[in-house]
Amino acid sequence: MSKGQGRPYALDQSQAPLYDALQEFRKRRMVSFDVPGHKQGRGNEELTAFLGKQCLSVDVNAMKMLDSLIHPTGVIDEAQKLAADAFGADSSFFMVNGTTSAVQAMILSSCAPGDKIIMPRNVHRSAINALILSRAVPVYVNPSVNQKLGIPLGMAVEDVAAAIGEHPDAKAILVNNPTYYGVCADLLTMVDLAHNAGMRVLVDEAHGTHFYFSDQLPLSAMEAGADMAAVSLHKTGGSLTQSSLLLLGPRMRSERGYVGQIINLTQTTSGSYLLLSSLDISRRNLALRGSSIYQRVIEFADYARREINMIGGYDAFSSEKCDGRAFFAFDYCKLPVHTRAMGLSGIEVYDLLRDDYDIQIEFGDLHNLLAILSVGDRPVGIERLIAALADIRLVHGCEPATDLIVEYIKPQVAMTPAQAFYAPSERLPFASCVGRIASESVMCYPPGIPIVAPGEIVTPEALEYIRYAKEKGSQMTGTEDPAVEYLYVILE
Amino acid sequence: MELWFNEYHSADMKFSFRVRRQLYSRHSNFQQIQVLDSYEFGRVLVMDGFIMMTEKDEFIYHEMITHVPMAVHPGIGRVLVIGGGDGGVLRELCRYPGIQEMVLVEIDPMAVEVAREYLPTVSGSFDDPRVTILHEDGLRYVRRFQDSFDLIIVDSTDPFGPGESLFTREFYSNCRRALKADGILVNQHEGPYYREDAQEAAAIHKKTSALFPIARVYQAHIPTYPAGHWLFGFMSNSRDPLEDFDPAAWEALGLDTRYYNTELHRGAFCLPTYVKRLLQEGEILDNVFKRAIEGRIWPPDQEKEPEDHEEA
Repeated sequence: MSKGQGRPYALDQSQAPLYDALQEFRKRRMVSFDVPGHKQGRGNEELTAFLGKQCLSVDVNAMKMLDSLIHPTGVIDEAQKLAADAFGADSSFFMVNGTTSAVQAMILSSCAPGDKIIMPRNVHRSAINALILSRAVPVYVNPSVNQKLGIPLGMAVEDVAAAIGEHPDAKAILVNNPTYYGVCADLLTMVDLAHNAGMRVLVDEAHGTHFYFSDQLPLSAMEAGADMAAVSLHKTGGSLTQSSLLLLGPRMRSERGYVGQIINLTQTTSGSYLLLSSLDISRRNLALRGSSIYQRVIEFADYARREINMIGGYDAFSSEKCDGRAFFAFDYCKLPVHTRAMGLSGIEVYDLLRDDYDIQIEFGDLHNLLAILSVGDRPVGIERLIAALADIRLVHGCEPATDLIVEYIKPQVAMTPAQAFYAPSERLPFASCVGRIASESVMCYPPGIPIVAPGEIVTPEALEYIRYAKEKGSQMTGTEDPAVEYLYVILE
Repeated sequence: MELWFNEYHSADMKFSFRVRRQLYSRHSNFQQIQVLDSYEFGRVLVMDGFIMMTEKDEFIYHEMITHVPMAVHPGIGRVLVIGGGDGGVLRELCRYPGIQEMVLVEIDPMAVEVAREYLPTVSGSFDDPRVTILHEDGLRYVRRFQDSFDLIIVDSTDPFGPGESLFTREFYSNCRRALKADGILVNQHEGPYYREDAQEAAAIHKKTSALFPIARVYQAHIPTYPAGHWLFGFMSNSRDPLEDFDPAAWEALGLDTRYYNTELHRGAFCLPTYVKRLLQEGEILDNVFKRAIEGRIWPPDQEKEPEDHEEA
């Protein structure tokens, strides 16, 4: 099946009903006696000068001609149907509280308090937080680790099958696909396994928007038959930050109303039309032109990989690292680069790129850096990145460090995240936390994958990782303490 | 009907000349290229709305970007020119019999074609057997070389558009590596007068002086460039533009120039005080001036800049 250009869409993808309605709204020059109080920008000249009149003029409230996000029956409904069609889903929801809210909606609508959910431990904080909100019980599947790269991979099918066997009462499986590094799991087989066991498959597809519009990329969640997928259209698809999509597969048709109720528990009732229209316009762009756009992105990324690998000292890895198991497929639009052989941590290269070269990449961890390529990249940017990496190696490169700290630390779970979060706790300096149960998370952000999550025993390994990451300059977060020197642990 | 070309030198200042007719206008893959026939300046090459060169005053720019390094390092044999699609730098370089090889890396093939067709007085050296012309990104080209060139001349457009990557630290650093130990990098450094140009000039000087032990700035008077005043950078690991200057050797070549001469060589490195302050401290003349007049005369009636709130 060809995706993007030429895919037989059921609806006319050249339409953008929400965009059209906002254009029409502008033309009618409505007098507003409703919120927002800036009234098309007139009430805030400084903001209007900064963001532009065009922008402020459509920052408006829900009204009949523009439909309403909490109960769509007009143009938002139409736009959501077009998005579902473009992404090969049965239905979709426009989300304005980020993909975080989409991940939470998937978990909250699948798990009642006490229900089990099978998931990898290396998930984004949004999933761990959803466990606190839903009081669901995680069954962690340890992701495989690529020892050479020092990165966690996806879940292996055997491990998922074993978890299903041990926990036949689990309600759902959450799959993170692709991972931050572009690693994809064997989604199709996992969907089969889960459905045979009567479990839902929820996919955190935050970094996978482009999978829906290219033949050369791994299978998307909807193609694999997953039940729900959280898709960050803003990450690689070009919509505004914080806008996102929740996709539902055909098996969820009768549950759609319930999912909507769940979303409305936490989502704003004043959905931003800037965000909503950006979803509509980006969807149209991708449906009409996605295939050629991502073809170009893949070419850029492959070119960058070849050139970076010629510099020496860097390993811009790709599908050659696939192992048929936990590294089942690779997302070619990602540009992860292993930096250890030139003696610098990914985070050090990340800092140098930003401070000395004005190049901002997505993140650096202890051994890798990650550049994300998307609809917006240009050759000049790619050239600058390659040249800067070449320069950094010559100026700062040194003997590779011998200590390889692996990015994934196997957790020791003592209780569920919700139990730990709500239990009486005390604040201790990190060094005194060994052996205690954490009641909050600590992580490097990005990538936002907790090193310690609520309910887990703080291990010496975890402390060593935190110390090392801090030393290398990682941005730490998750704790109530802004300086990330103290951690709340459960009272003994 | 009178036809006038306008170029904004700042948001509130434009430079204008009368045009007899437009000879050429097309969008290449990189930029819009126009050739205008003007009354005052002869043929004018315009890219993305900015004057790149005119027949009447191009000699100043091309002589100053070429002869200054050539007079400091008479042994130059292998030269890389980045940008310079009009051919003016090559024309000057080709006058030196000692140069064995010149590589011109111009990203836009259409720039070279247009110069060949419409600017024959500038582009006459494209076919010199010592010249190789390549069309690719300058940054991409230069990062493959180490210890290869005696001289690199960066004849770029502006820090936005196709020349963007030629104003970056990674570019200058890769140039340094591509130069031989006693090689020279000469760069067009933007202008010191109008705010935006001046900020760029200061930024370029900051980047180059962090990389090269010798990073000197010199100037020229170019009527069609903003404020008629333009800067060039002379960077090297070992050659100083004044201490290693060899006027006798250069005079012996007997080159006939219209702007450059050996006395001017020394004088060009003597900069006005406000330019020195710009390069050393990043002080923008515009700011100084605005503060002074706003403080004394004006009740500023419009577009008051937001105050900087300093955190205690």
